[in-house]
Amino acid sequence: MSGKEALLEVDGLKKHFKVNQGWIASLMESFGSGEPDYVHAVDGVSFELREGETLGLAGESGCGKTTTGMSLVKLHEPTAGDIIYDDQRLSEATDAEIKKFRQNAQMIFQDPFESLNPRMTVYDTVAEPLRIHDIPNETARVQRALEFAELLPAEHYFDQYPHELSGGQRQRVAIARALVLDPDFIVADEPVSMLDVSLRAGVLSLLDRMTDEFGLSVVYISHDLSLLRHMCDRLAIMYMGKIVEKGPTDQIIENPQHPYTQALINAVPVPDPGVGRDRVELQGEVGDVIDIPTGCRFKNRCSEYIGDVCDQVVPPLEQKTEFEQDVACHLYESAAGYDPYEEMSGSPSAAETGDGAESTPADD
Amino acid sequence: MSQLEVEDLEVYYETEEGPAQAVDGVSFELEEGENLGIVGESGCGKTTLAKAIIGILPDAGYINNGSINFKGDDLTEMSGPERRRLKWEEISMIAQSAMNSLDPVYTIREQIVEAIETHRPGTGRVESDEIVTEMFELVGLDPERADDYPHQFSGGMRQRAMIAMALALEPSLMLADEPTTALDVIMQDQILKRMGSIQEEINSSMLVITHDVSVVAETCDRVIVMYAGKIAEEGPVEEIFNRPYHPYTIGLKRAFPNIRKSSQDLLSIAGYPPELVDPPQGCRFAARCPMATDKCREEEPEAHYENGLRSYCHYADEIDTELRPYADDSDTWSQTAAATDGGVEE
Ligand SMILES: Nc1ncnc2c1ncn2[C@@H]1O[C@H](COP(=O)(O)OP(=O)(O)OP(=O)(O)O)[C@@H](O)[C@H]1O
Ligand SMILES: Nc1ncnc2c1ncn2[C@@H]1O[C@H](COP(=O)(O)OP(=O)(O)O)[C@@H](O)[C@H]1O
Ligand code: SF4
Ligand code: SF4
Ligand SMILES: [Mg+2]
Ligand SMILES: [Mg+2]
Repeated sequence: MSGKEALLEVDGLKKHFKVNQGWIASLMESFGSGEPDYVHAVDGVSFELREGETLGLAGESGCGKTTTGMSLVKLHEPTAGDIIYDDQRLSEATDAEIKKFRQNAQMIFQDPFESLNPRMTVYDTVAEPLRIHDIPNETARVQRALEFAELLPAEHYFDQYPHELSGGQRQRVAIARALVLDPDFIVADEPVSMLDVSLRAGVLSLLDRMTDEFGLSVVYISHDLSLLRHMCDRLAIMYMGKIVEKGPTDQIIENPQHPYTQALINAVPVPDPGVGRDRVELQGEVGDVIDIPTGCRFKNRCSEYIGDVCDQVVPPLEQKTEFEQDVACHLYESAAGYDPYEEMSGSPSAAETGDGAESTPADD
Repeated sequence: MSQLEVEDLEVYYETEEGPAQAVDGVSFELEEGENLGIVGESGCGKTTLAKAIIGILPDAGYINNGSINFKGDDLTEMSGPERRRLKWEEISMIAQSAMNSLDPVYTIREQIVEAIETHRPGTGRVESDEIVTEMFELVGLDPERADDYPHQFSGGMRQRAMIAMALALEPSLMLADEPTTALDVIMQDQILKRMGSIQEEINSSMLVITHDVSVVAETCDRVIVMYAGKIAEEGPVEEIFNRPYHPYTIGLKRAFPNIRKSSQDLLSIAGYPPELVDPPQGCRFAARCPMATDKCREEEPEAHYENGLRSYCHYADEIDTELRPYADDSDTWSQTAAATDGGVEE
């Protein structure tokens, strides 16, 4: 899969949400007292989505996966950063170009019960995007999309309403709706987590066919790593709004390097009682994304914490010398020669108060 | 004598079309301190079975036949007050989506204390508070946060609070219905481990109900695979996973991706479970089974006992000797899918 061209580039994407927007908070703000708080849902994320690839986005609940996905399809305006599509920075794009982008970027949501309008028939649900984008040959396109989604015979479903369908069929309608505009890429947010086993495998193989037959690129969001391993070419692991590890799926699953990725993979139960796993438990919960800690965001839960450098310097996501994937952790040597300890000595208090043994550069 | 002996249990729901046979002739035993898993697709009767045991069936539900012996007493013949005493004190339940079932207007402490005092009248406030502290520590929650309201807890914390509540009276049997389904992997891992260690501490047995076969693989000693209200197969967890005899078990196990295996094809069991109002005769799995024959469609399979497994399939022997590779091949199942057209209606 490597070597394929990038379809989309995400560059330093941030999405912050203002919180405490109750009337007291806004009153205080209007009197100039009290700063609004921000949830740093996505806080500087960069990656590329290649043509025809499936990229998995994983991490604990609340780490920013959905917000990233929604920003990718322009359901959120980024607070900072940009998306580059077709050599075009979206921040500089014209309305017409944005409209074209929206046509090519589609999203499938977790809950097919909520994402479909209960008062719209299957036909209208799938046809609506065509109407919005003034695309001709409506009936033929709707028919083809339903057929691809294996709702057969398609006409049989035209006049049905969501409540008349099973969960799996509803998710297929959502997939047909996403595909009807013939998009370049799709963001699929936990598309099968609400579905029962019997329906799950069928929808998964349908998503597989989208990439195989249409060359579609897919961003697949889930906290289910077993599933991501099955579906994705590459993975990006998120923690508190940032990517901590990114690379080929097999590399990351079999040889995870970031302490968080290691803990995450360790937590996955295995459907095989013969296989024991090393059950080191990751304590606690994701920290507060309102008050961002200094240095590494994972430091409070990290079993490998190596002292002041973790506490003070934000580890950049970068290529390391020893393995293929990119990792944001000070344990490993930067391939580009970046030295986080230099930044520490740059701050005098750090160099002097840090305990010597740990703040000298590691040279392994 | 086992702690729990369920015999030939039939639980039906009154519907407009007639009784729906949600649990239909289920028999099993549970030893003290044992963990028994129940797996199967949505609608196969798992929750109904648990509700019948603890005695909280909805109005439409009733026990049509069979018995539930708990420590020697038949629960189905007990009076209301007797059953209510057993509930929570002896048998407790962590319900599906338990984390949403806390009352938003009371603090967590108030709710646990209320449960303790209802069941053990005379327990003083000091003692109740001690129990709350102890249970919070057991499930890994900070006891100082017991005075929070439910909305101040994250989903995972609420789920643990519910477990604390279910444990407060140290029941000898816990029924856990999808205890971790709504949670992410880290939280799931924390909670499953906590439940395991707590259980050892108070020496209770547990019925773990889930659709996730990996959860069962990691937490249970024995497993029951249910299909359309009946037991398809039952036995020790290693045997069920390594050498099952029932095609449904084989299919279900292969429908889950395994993080340890990169390129294994996922298998999809085409179609849906049958109607429970007027279930088909013969084997209930026949319409979706790649190995089904006319015999399967006519005669209900008897139990086949081997290697500690109890398997309800006419061809259990053949699966063991020659059909296993065929049953374990995802192509076998996709051909069945093509033949049945996949798009079967609910
Ligand atoms: N209150 C009710 N009235 C009528 N039918 C019911 C009722 N509750 C459950 N049923 C039916 O009984 C059968 C078994 O339901 P049950 O909820 O026990 O299954 P389950 O295996 O727990 O499924 P899930 O995994 O979806 O919770 C289903 O066919 C269901 O539709
Ligand atoms: N509209 C919003 N307003 C305020 N906070 C939000 C909003 N959407 C998401 N968040 C917060 O952003 C963080 C990341 O959320 P989300 O992207 O939904 O994570 P995930 O999908 O990984 O669960 C969470 O702390 C969440 O509460
Ligand atoms: S940078 Fe330090 S605290 Fe962060 S993951 Fe690496 S070792 Fe742990
Ligand atoms: S009895 Fe027949 S239909 Fe039923 S599981 Fe066995 S082979 Fe399949
Ligand atoms: Mg989400
Ligand atoms: Mg249930």
